[in-house]
Amino acid sequence: MEFPILSLMLAVPLVAAIACLFLGAQSARMVALFATLFDLALGVLLWLNFDIGGAQWQFVERAEIFAGFSYALGIDGIALMLIMLSVFLMPICILASWDAITKRVGEYMAAFLLMEVLMIGVFAAQDMFLFYIFFEAGLIPMYLIIGVWGGDNRIYASYKFFLYTLLGSVLMLIAMMWMVNEAGTTDIPTLLNYDFSPQAQTWLWLAFFASFAVKMPMWPVHTWLPDAHVQAPTAGSVILAGVLLKLGGYGFIRFSLPMFPEASAQFAWLVFALSMVAVIYTSLVALVQHDMKKLIAYSSVAHMAIVTAGLFAFNVQGIEGAMMVMLGHGLVSGALFLCVGVIYDRLHTREIDRYGGLSINMPKYALFFLLFTMASIGLPGTSNFVGEFLALAGLYKVSTLVTLVCTTGIILGAGYMLYLYRRVAFGEQRNADAARMPDLNAREWMMLAPIAAATLWMGVYPESFLAPMRQDIAALEVRMARAAPEGDSQLRVGEPMERNANFVAAAHDAEGAH
Amino acid sequence: MNLASSLYFTGTEVGLSIVGLVLLLVSAWGGPRSARLVTILTVSALVGATLFSGHLFDLAGSETAGRAFNDLYRADTFGSFAKILIYLATIAVLMVTPRFFDQRGAYRPEYPVLMLFNAVGMGMMVSATDLMTLYIGLEMSSLSSYVLASFLRNDTRSAEAGLKYFVLGALASGIILYGVSLVYGFTGSTNYESIRAAFAIEFSTGALFGVVFVLAGLAFKVSAVPFHMWTPDVYEGAPTPVTAFFATAPKVAAMAMLVRMAMEPFAGEVDAWRQIVIFAALASIVVGALGAIGQQNLKRLLAYSSINNVGFILIGLAAATPAGVAGVMTYLAIYVAMTVGSFTALLMLRDPMGQNLETFDDIAGLSTNRPALAWCLLALMFSLAGIPPLFGFWGKFVVFQAAVQADLVALAAIGIAASVIGAFYYIKFVKVMFFDDATREVETESPIGHWIVLGLSVAIISPLGYFLTIPLGEWSAAAAASFAAAM
Repeated sequence: MEFPILSLMLAVPLVAAIACLFLGAQSARMVALFATLFDLALGVLLWLNFDIGGAQWQFVERAEIFAGFSYALGIDGIALMLIMLSVFLMPICILASWDAITKRVGEYMAAFLLMEVLMIGVFAAQDMFLFYIFFEAGLIPMYLIIGVWGGDNRIYASYKFFLYTLLGSVLMLIAMMWMVNEAGTTDIPTLLNYDFSPQAQTWLWLAFFASFAVKMPMWPVHTWLPDAHVQAPTAGSVILAGVLLKLGGYGFIRFSLPMFPEASAQFAWLVFALSMVAVIYTSLVALVQHDMKKLIAYSSVAHMAIVTAGLFAFNVQGIEGAMMVMLGHGLVSGALFLCVGVIYDRLHTREIDRYGGLSINMPKYALFFLLFTMASIGLPGTSNFVGEFLALAGLYKVSTLVTLVCTTGIILGAGYMLYLYRRVAFGEQRNADAARMPDLNAREWMMLAPIAAATLWMGVYPESFLAPMRQDIAALEVRMARAAPEGDSQLRVGEPMERNANFVAAAHDAEGAH
Repeated sequence: MNLASSLYFTGTEVGLSIVGLVLLLVSAWGGPRSARLVTILTVSALVGATLFSGHLFDLAGSETAGRAFNDLYRADTFGSFAKILIYLATIAVLMVTPRFFDQRGAYRPEYPVLMLFNAVGMGMMVSATDLMTLYIGLEMSSLSSYVLASFLRNDTRSAEAGLKYFVLGALASGIILYGVSLVYGFTGSTNYESIRAAFAIEFSTGALFGVVFVLAGLAFKVSAVPFHMWTPDVYEGAPTPVTAFFATAPKVAAMAMLVRMAMEPFAGEVDAWRQIVIFAALASIVVGALGAIGQQNLKRLLAYSSINNVGFILIGLAAATPAGVAGVMTYLAIYVAMTVGSFTALLMLRDPMGQNLETFDDIAGLSTNRPALAWCLLALMFSLAGIPPLFGFWGKFVVFQAAVQADLVALAAIGIAASVIGAFYYIKFVKVMFFDDATREVETESPIGHWIVLGLSVAIISPLGYFLTIPLGEWSAAAAASFAAAM
């Protein structure tokens, strides 16, 4: 039997979480940091040992210790990348809460570690009901994180988050039960190749959609997100934006698209329509925000809309793009929330107007903030460019109109992000207290620098991230091919020219003659 | 089918009755001083009964399915499973009871004796295969329950609860009896198998009325909507340990009795009673959830929570399949653990003077005063709300899965969507304990006995409970197999 690395990745934070409950503040912080770093190391090990181009499901573990479902873990490239994102962001979250959280530190760290267990579990689960348990269980720690350590209006936000997402998910459970009853197995890889009748698919798709659309979140069920983001502590926002929002997209990739291809094609118009509204509407809403966190929260909704549109393009570029946007957005929006957190810790306000001219007294901070702002806009060389470009290119094959609208959203994105940056970092130092804020300290460096490096890596050499997913996305496309909708762009491959455009025969020869 | 084997199969009831009578004499002569001794002896008798039921559970199937006294009574796997739950719940409640009454100087040896007689009645309820045996068991259990509800004689709320329970309970018994008389009139028998055989030949409108009346009366006993009105008042008024008892053991007994009734004599008329059960299930879920939202008193809130849970259990019954019955039994087992745990935690909430606390205001900020207790309650509440990975989810899972397998997808979808309403007040519990600031002082120490009961309940409903899914599934399936002939 292989070494059960996935189980170990679940066990380490779980044990640490239980330990944190009984520890004092400082030791809980240390335990949490070490546990998350250890998990990060295991994650790196996982990535290094992942056989690109090998079996679709790797690191498979299976134990029949429950009735009705099995403890089955295993990952493909898509899950691998999302697990990497989770384990990468976790130590950073712990660092972000190092000084900011002073009450009930042990319980806080326990909640975060539990969150990590559940997120890894969601991505690694190979059993439908095991997936559901991990998926749904995330509500408990997140509810506590928002409710206990959140801002002034935390109770409203925590209720809204909990009930909204719960209502979305429960119908999915009934759909899963129906599927398991019909197909006779709870095994996800088997179900991926099971053909449900198109009529049943319609209902099943809608039930799953109810859950994933809320998690994603898609317009118009996105309203829990700005509240939850604004009220959650910084690290909570990072996890929410960085990983929890990815559960929706992962759900679409893992369940809706391969299991219900016909229904997905049937409802593609719905997804496109909602995505188009979301891109334009939430970008406009983001433009008028006075609260930094709220602005970034709305920008998340807009980015996620590009993910959903890309996913339902039914082609490799679209899905690869969607995955890259998810990964990129996980890093960048997480980093932006950290940037907000850095100045929030100093001034205890998220009002944009209370800052200004920070590039004068906090130049290093301003540099990082600029990098992440540009990445959020999708500047070439940063992670989001790759994803957005691929997603829109894939989308263009299917619908030029949707591409047009979604691309407009990127322009609007540049608008609100640059406007935010101008108001916070440039201009005069209008507020004396903001002007006195010290620049980044070592801990904040340790938080932001790794994300900045990853963002650039993803932008400059996306192949590292695309390679593990390529085979799985190709398989997904094959699976969906029978239902793929007709595109309206009617792309035709042109006749290739004999030579490259920049080929100059004489000069080339002359060069050789020397 | 001689007398010896009959006595053997009714061993738990016979044994407990004898112990009960002896202890009655002990308490009559020993007076209040003997209360502790009588409690301990009662608990040991119940432990013995549990073990014997476990033995009968293993035995059933091999020997004429445990029929006793010419099929008036059957010690089958289903009955034994239910009895084990009933006895365990009673033991747990007895363990946490004395402290509550001691504080008021009101603990008397009659209390455990009444519990014992109640347990005998409940055992008869779940094992009865004849309408007359059933009624005797029902009344035996009900009458001792009425007395228990008003056990704090000096407390007006307790007296009021007892009276209310008595009046409404008597009405429900009357309704059942009327239904029984109709069923007997149209079938000519009170034996379950004969009734089923007679219904298979002809099921007239009059008989349908009989079935409806019986089910309505039983719905009262399990406090399903629309016969739930007594529950909040009785639960709030009765002494807290008694409420804990009402919410567990008699609920299991009544539900098991209802299942046996539906799956044995009325098994052929599923179409006739399914609509009633579906209505009661959905109405219980919705009313139980909505009614709880405005409550300030925790006992009242838990009363609505029990109505809510009954709704989910009835969804399993509505499936009317072996999987459905197994789901009901699994749910009941988990429900007992959750309810015993919740009420034990409630009993551990006292102010420094020893007064019991029972409103939301009292538990504000509990997580800072008593973190361990608050975390236990948190687990219990999320479990009651059915949020995985807590084990309460599994109970809902099995009943909904049974409903889906029986092609009742719409019922399952509506039921589970309505469960979100219920989640609202369960998370309010957590909100008050964890998000609000403490407003009052609470007692910081609890006796070890309470911790043992609470710890065991929480261990069962924690994610560790999933390791129980295989044995629990097997036992429930074995229990459901009792009705294999009828289905």
